Amino acid sequence: MSLPYLVAAWLLLVGLYGIVSSHNLIHMVVCLSIVQSSTYVLLLSIGYRSGAAAPIFADIPVGSRAVDPVVQALTLTDVVVEATVVALLLAVAVQAHKRFGTLDPAELNPLRG
Amino acid sequence: MTARVRMIMFAVGAGGLAALLLWGLGGLPAFGHFNGAYALLIDHLSVPQRHATDAVTAVNFDYRAFDTLGEEFILFTSVAGLAVLLREQRSERARPSDAADSEHRFQGSSFALRALTVMLVGPIVVLSLYVDSHGALTPGGGFQGGVVGAAGLLLVFLGGGYLAMRRLSPHGAVESAEAAGAAGYALVGLGGMIFASAYFQNFLELGTPGQLLSAGTIPLSSMAVGLEVTGAFVLLWSEFLDQALVVRSR
Repeated sequence: MSLPYLVAAWLLLVGLYGIVSSHNLIHMVVCLSIVQSSTYVLLLSIGYRSGAAAPIFADIPVGSRAVDPVVQALTLTDVVVEATVVALLLAVAVQAHKRFGTLDPAELNPLRG
Repeated sequence: MTARVRMIMFAVGAGGLAALLLWGLGGLPAFGHFNGAYALLIDHLSVPQRHATDAVTAVNFDYRAFDTLGEEFILFTSVAGLAVLLREQRSERARPSDAADSEHRFQGSSFALRALTVMLVGPIVVLSLYVDSHGALTPGGGFQGGVVGAAGLLLVFLGGGYLAMRRLSPHGAVESAEAAGAAGYALVGLGGMIFASAYFQNFLELGTPGQLLSAGTIPLSSMAVGLEVTGAFVLLWSEFLDQALVVRSR
């Protein structure tokens, strides 16, 4: 199997490990964004064609060998979704810290506060 | 559940997931040999059909413009959700701390550094407008340009101070800009219904490929999205900065 796919799988698993082992909500959100970046690597490497140019036909003739623009557009959507998810989770972390005085998920006791 | 039990459970689950992933990824076309029919079609059609030299932007703002509408409103609603989550609680009141009003927040930053930061604000805003408007020609478009523009306003905070940033971008104005951008994009789509036949159909003159005013509605959509993204990110950052610098518990 080719390296970029393995990198995507590795990022997904290592990000999940980070989420599970995290002791800090901010750290956990960063780990989630690493999980999401595995999808960018996967999408972009699926769309790659060897020896191809970027799909910008300003300085190369139409019909030249170019990489897949559709997955690149999808990656853009993916980035926007990540930004929104991270923003909302960080806001939740801010409020959790206000209420419980800690960012350690193990100490967020639902019975307190 | 103790940390140890959790890690053991994770190891078992992750092992299974890794096996499934490798199995699934092994079935993909080998790296560099992808031959998506849809991609080839877009690569051949984006210039002759839409006069857009950047195929990615042609996909985003034309071929699947309706999806981008959804994408844009994800951002819009999430910023609204963020504002609700970080609203002033009953136990809090807004009072700028001394740090918010001081000339700069970062100890040890020199006058030259701050002056340079403020000098960069103008060029960065211009760069953002350039990226917004040239989306159909070269890599870029509303989402990228919008984030660049918001970064320009963030520089005011870094170089000047938080209240300077708030004075330059009052909440009301930023909210209106964001809403105008979001509505503008939806209206471009509506224009397709009125002047052509379907929602988001490209209804403007296509122009010469490679010229600034080409590709019909794509630059217009891109500018609208750029405005919305700039507004959304400035709002998002100022909500967080408010938490650090303005909102205090009673």
